[in-house]
Amino acid sequence: MSDAGFHHSLQVLNDACKGCTHCMKRCPTGAIRIAKGKAWISAELCIDCGQCMAVCPNDAIKIEQDPLSQLQRFTYRVGIIPAPFFAQFPDTFTVTQVLSALYDIGFTHIYLAETGVDILDILEAKEKAQALPLISNFCPAVQRLIQIRYPLLVENLTRLRSPAQVTAIFAKSELKALGESLGIFYLTPCAAKIAQFKTEGSEEHRLFDGIINFDTAYNQVSTLLARDKEKYANQNIGFTFPHCTRKALRWSLVKGQSSNQSGRALAVDEMHNVIEFLDILEDEQETSLRFLELDACAEGCVGGILTVRNRFLATEQLRHWSTALPKELSQDLVERILVQSPSFENNLCLKAPQPMQVMGLDKDRSKALQKLEKVDRILAALPGIDCGLCGCPSCLALAQDVAKSQASLRQCVVLKLKDPKELNSLARIWGERPTTANGQKDDQA
Amino acid sequence: MRQEYLVPAQDFSVAGVASSNLKRLLKQLNINPFTIKRIMVAVFEAEVNVIAHSYGGRIVCDLEEEEITIQVIDTGPGIPNLDLAMTEGWSTASEQVRELGYGAGMGLPNIKKNCDHLTIQTKAGEHTHITMLFCLKEGE
Repeated sequence: MSDAGFHHSLQVLNDACKGCTHCMKRCPTGAIRIAKGKAWISAELCIDCGQCMAVCPNDAIKIEQDPLSQLQRFTYRVGIIPAPFFAQFPDTFTVTQVLSALYDIGFTHIYLAETGVDILDILEAKEKAQALPLISNFCPAVQRLIQIRYPLLVENLTRLRSPAQVTAIFAKSELKALGESLGIFYLTPCAAKIAQFKTEGSEEHRLFDGIINFDTAYNQVSTLLARDKEKYANQNIGFTFPHCTRKALRWSLVKGQSSNQSGRALAVDEMHNVIEFLDILEDEQETSLRFLELDACAEGCVGGILTVRNRFLATEQLRHWSTALPKELSQDLVERILVQSPSFENNLCLKAPQPMQVMGLDKDRSKALQKLEKVDRILAALPGIDCGLCGCPSCLALAQDVAKSQASLRQCVVLKLKDPKELNSLARIWGERPTTANGQKDDQA
Repeated sequence: MRQEYLVPAQDFSVAGVASSNLKRLLKQLNINPFTIKRIMVAVFEAEVNVIAHSYGGRIVCDLEEEEITIQVIDTGPGIPNLDLAMTEGWSTASEQVRELGYGAGMGLPNIKKNCDHLTIQTKAGEHTHITMLFCLKEGE
């Protein structure tokens, strides 16, 4: 169940980090500690949701950024573009203009990621997850959150391929005559998708040849649109490109999935709402819900960490566009999909995700039990203010770290101010000079 | 390690609080999620029983390396006919309790189904003392 090879797309820039604790307090899995005045992210617990980056006042969290020049490794360059990318541009630019600028920055073929929604429909893909309510695997940050924090809900995660994966398979299948010189690239609105793609052995790693961040592509496209106004003005032929249905275009918006399910369904967006809801759901014994759409970002993918435009405006724009789209796919596209259907045979479902047992205090259960008792006793001695000055997000987290010998009680500033003598004797009981969470010797004592 | 939770009578708003707190502890012990689920279902049912039928009680959890023992001890009417109570669908719950969605007569049968060993001591008009045992050995 270990996955040591999981790649993370977020990184702390030590020079910029002031150890201000904002990120630590916000992290949904408690993955961040402050040691020696700098934030440190646990690779085991991080789900690449990007909340730390969003909240950092010092721009000290960096996201991996691959250059656009990677396109040049291939003769034919396919872009799998999620619809929210087109909504990054104000109404003054049409989809067609953005599209032609995308070709101009180096793509030779463009597919809309959301077409995958319709492909799954046409091929009548069947969900294989066993437990109800089904929890959509659409948001990779949510999927990882569940694997780490809610192991009891892992079997509820859906197993159908994501629309972007399906579209990638479709594109690859349609263009297979181009052979090795064909590269497939995904435009990502968030950190979690980068992490997924860069993890060796993942489906994304297998299907895509590269990943380009929304903001990178946005800047390139905007530059072209601004430089060559006249050229693009002539391509003003309205909203013609998206080869998908109305419901598919709305897929990544809040309620985009849940409103198209049979049976009772619910959509929850924004990480803290999602956590509040999953806490309840994991305790729930029975539920009449059949489907859950959980989005880590507020308003869904348009709220992704790499988006440029205000998420409410982007949502409105996508909804507006979607009203111009048909409810059924055009016949020629249906035929194109059916021709490629052999590529999808036994290839629409993913392997069941596994729970990751990383919340435990120790791999050895008898040691974990001892540590659990220790946490109780240490917690009783702590002030319970959850100020974060010790470098842990809460008094409970400090107690757990001390029990795991990854922190010292001397880190508690409140105890130090209140009664230095008592702190000294407490610290002696729980061990002196332990190592901090990132394995360094703690010199703060 | 021993952990105790008090369960008040007739307060359905706190049904699940004890089992949820217990779950938080179990997750820290690297216990297989399927085992945690079994424990949760059994403890939740017992918790609801105490709330619905008794005059109040407590849940005593003993966490050990290879097994978890959970005792649910209440004062109350006791279980007059244990065989009947173990029958699926048989319930003495009041109309009021059933309106809340509880009292379907699956409590004790569900507890039995989910734990590895169950003993029930009860005296009509006095108390009920349920002891559930869960083995933690992998591949049980």
